[in-house]
Amino acid sequence: MPQPNSPRPNNSQPNSPQPNSPHTKSPYRPRSPGHPTRRIHLAAHFPGVNSTTVWSDPRSGSQIDFDSFEHLARTAERGRFDFFFLAEGQRLREHHGRIFELDVAGRPDALTVLAALAAITDRIGLAATATATYNEPYELARKIASLDHLSAGRAAWNVVTSPDAWTGENFRRGGFLPREERYERAIEFVEAARTLWDSWAPDAHVADAEGGVFAAPGAGRFDYHGRHFAIDGRFTVPRGPQGRPVLIQAGDSTDGREFGAAHADVIFSRHGEYEAGRAFYADMKGRAARHGRSPDELKILPAVTAVIGATAEQAQEKAAWIRRQQVSPQNAIQFLEQVWGRDLSDLDPDGPLPDFDPITDGTSIARGRVRTGGDPLELARSWRELAAAKGGLSLREVVIEVAARQTFIGTAEHVADRMEVHVRDGASDGFILVPHLTPTGLDEFVDQVVPILQERGVFRSEYEGTTLREHLHLPAPRPAGTHRTDVAV
Amino acid sequence: MTTGHLHLGVALDGAGRHPAAWRSPHARPAELFDPRYWVELARTAERGLLDFVRLDDSLGSPSTRIPGRLDAVSVAARLAPATGSIGLIPTATTTHTEPFHVSTSIATLDHVSRGRAGWWPQPSRTAAEARHFGRKPVASAGELSDEQAEFVDVVGRLWDSWEDDAIIRDVATSRFLDRKKLHYVDFEGTYFDVRGPSITPRPPQGRPVIAITVDGPDTLEIAARFADVLFVDASGPDEARRLRERAHAIAEGNGRDPGELRVLAEITVYLAATDSDARRERGLLDARSDVPVPNGLSFTGTPEALADRLAGWYVGGAVDGFTLIPGVLPYDLDRIVEDLVPILRERGLARAAYTADTLRGHLGLPLPANRYART
Repeated sequence: MPQPNSPRPNNSQPNSPQPNSPHTKSPYRPRSPGHPTRRIHLAAHFPGVNSTTVWSDPRSGSQIDFDSFEHLARTAERGRFDFFFLAEGQRLREHHGRIFELDVAGRPDALTVLAALAAITDRIGLAATATATYNEPYELARKIASLDHLSAGRAAWNVVTSPDAWTGENFRRGGFLPREERYERAIEFVEAARTLWDSWAPDAHVADAEGGVFAAPGAGRFDYHGRHFAIDGRFTVPRGPQGRPVLIQAGDSTDGREFGAAHADVIFSRHGEYEAGRAFYADMKGRAARHGRSPDELKILPAVTAVIGATAEQAQEKAAWIRRQQVSPQNAIQFLEQVWGRDLSDLDPDGPLPDFDPITDGTSIARGRVRTGGDPLELARSWRELAAAKGGLSLREVVIEVAARQTFIGTAEHVADRMEVHVRDGASDGFILVPHLTPTGLDEFVDQVVPILQERGVFRSEYEGTTLREHLHLPAPRPAGTHRTDVAV
Repeated sequence: MTTGHLHLGVALDGAGRHPAAWRSPHARPAELFDPRYWVELARTAERGLLDFVRLDDSLGSPSTRIPGRLDAVSVAARLAPATGSIGLIPTATTTHTEPFHVSTSIATLDHVSRGRAGWWPQPSRTAAEARHFGRKPVASAGELSDEQAEFVDVVGRLWDSWEDDAIIRDVATSRFLDRKKLHYVDFEGTYFDVRGPSITPRPPQGRPVIAITVDGPDTLEIAARFADVLFVDASGPDEARRLRERAHAIAEGNGRDPGELRVLAEITVYLAATDSDARRERGLLDARSDVPVPNGLSFTGTPEALADRLAGWYVGGAVDGFTLIPGVLPYDLDRIVEDLVPILRERGLARAAYTADTLRGHLGLPLPANRYART
């Protein structure tokens, strides 16, 4: 189900100009003189578990069978994508205190699936989301380093935090971490993981049978002491092919942005729209510079959706049809219930928004979603305005407007144009495509848009390197023992 | 139970069980972290039509000489698409890890291998491992076993927390799931509470195969209650038979069908074409080792003599099969597959072809009923 105020692959404001619209003459022309060609980075998000994924379509396949992961990863690799991305969840979502039934649910352990995908792909990066809250550095760093070996240098970790006690009910510690400490622990977690990854020098795996030396003396020795972790001993995975796996970060709060600017290689951004993208991009590159980093060391990749049609009109029709699939009548009601804070099952989804105000006692009837807050009364007011401004939208139409808009809609040429413009103008360094169908949702993009980008020389036609760091044009990590551990929080 | 094929698995760890194995001219110590090495070993085992490969692991150093090892569950997952039939039984530890994470990673291994996953839960006994986590001091053997039992119990519940038909995709009501088929496990134990349900749908085997090492009365009890496969380290067939009978009795006392237990003896093997070659190679290894060779039953000799030994145990009803631990990899694995297995097959003790495509199928174990299903 759509989530109010949650990170979504689109942030179009209903009343703002829409440079994405195929009907609007683009004010930004690709490849204008004076702009050096900038290479686009592309990643694929496995659709899986979210409201973007349409399961009611007859073409929709399993979200858990390995065949689906295989198809999507192979498609992304055929399209020469930089990496394949998996999200995570540590508790099934609930609504009204009961398990939420309307969206796709049920997913695998990301790192385990990616280790399997390493067997059937050769070049594409493999990115796993894993929480820094309900894991421990030694175990997780070891799994990620193992994936780097097992994939010959293609591993990435998307570090997230899990702030709520509700998720903690599945773990030994319960909800042990106050919200304000979640980034503090995440920062220490990343530092500890890097300490572990750096604990073997690149040539420490000697394997000298004659001389009887398997590993250099002291290989793997580590010591990390912080507020959240006090660990020492010996790490058992030699330095991986990438030196250190690629680090991805997605938080959008001030703390999250600082953390990403200081530590991450890639930012998973939710600002896919042109203007918002430019503002976010400038903000993050500025923060990176203030941490003494080159802006090129930090890649900004927003999650986006693309709907491709033979003509602009056809693409618009298709996009509208997908939005209606994404927001069923039942979904629309439950979406509103999250804001109104009460049972609205009596309402007609094709009727108007409720004329009474939301309950604002601060409780949430929806659990397990990423929310950034927002005043329910204010949301209700703005949605009523939107409904009126658009000629009397129904409840369901309002939800579609605010929650299910796609980022790029048009012909393959148009989508390629827009992507080129976004990257040229500093709205992003590339995109994380979020298909709406499992597992075939990336096929059209790879078959139709990628060749255009390749033809224009803004996207690779063949992989040039073998590791994910090389795909992303990231510098090799500093040698063991020299990375900064001072962090501005 | 003493007719038909004996069950045969092989343990893959580093360069082999012997502490000096990595220095053998037959070993490949430079490749221990290369996926191609592991794929080659697993494919060799699969060529021998073995029931499973077992992947050892811990959260500490495997040995003072070889202080490195990849995460076993990840290696098993990497092997899944590279093989087609053989079972995959990695270690995941139970002391410093989360039952919820282990349940989803093993369930996922079962999904990516289409029903070939097993799990070998082991406690982390050392102070070194405790320091790698810094959360609690090393516990007593009794506590480690109690926690292991709770851990295995709750992981099994999490696997059952999705009924097989929980995903309904009912367009008419807009429901993807039927929440009546999903279950909070609400486990409250001494060491942890887990609410559930899992985030991962029930794996293809229902519950992946659980294999537990029996090294004392505590672990015998746990294994007889929870395990499908019991790894026993017995000095001889009589001891193995006694352990097996006790396991059957405990299982029955806990309402389990003893016929659903597979008791496998562990034997480390050093093989060569002649007895004297085998003894000489073994002597060279011992001479190159600066640490004691680990305890446990071992066999040094020819494949024919090993086949006699295995057949003697099996036909006498001491065990359901064996986990063979190659002294040197890949060498002793090659001898098992190329020399030993054909002899066993000739005697009707090893299969001529895989007749199942899941690990439960190889072991002759039924799909387990879901404890939460109401029908």
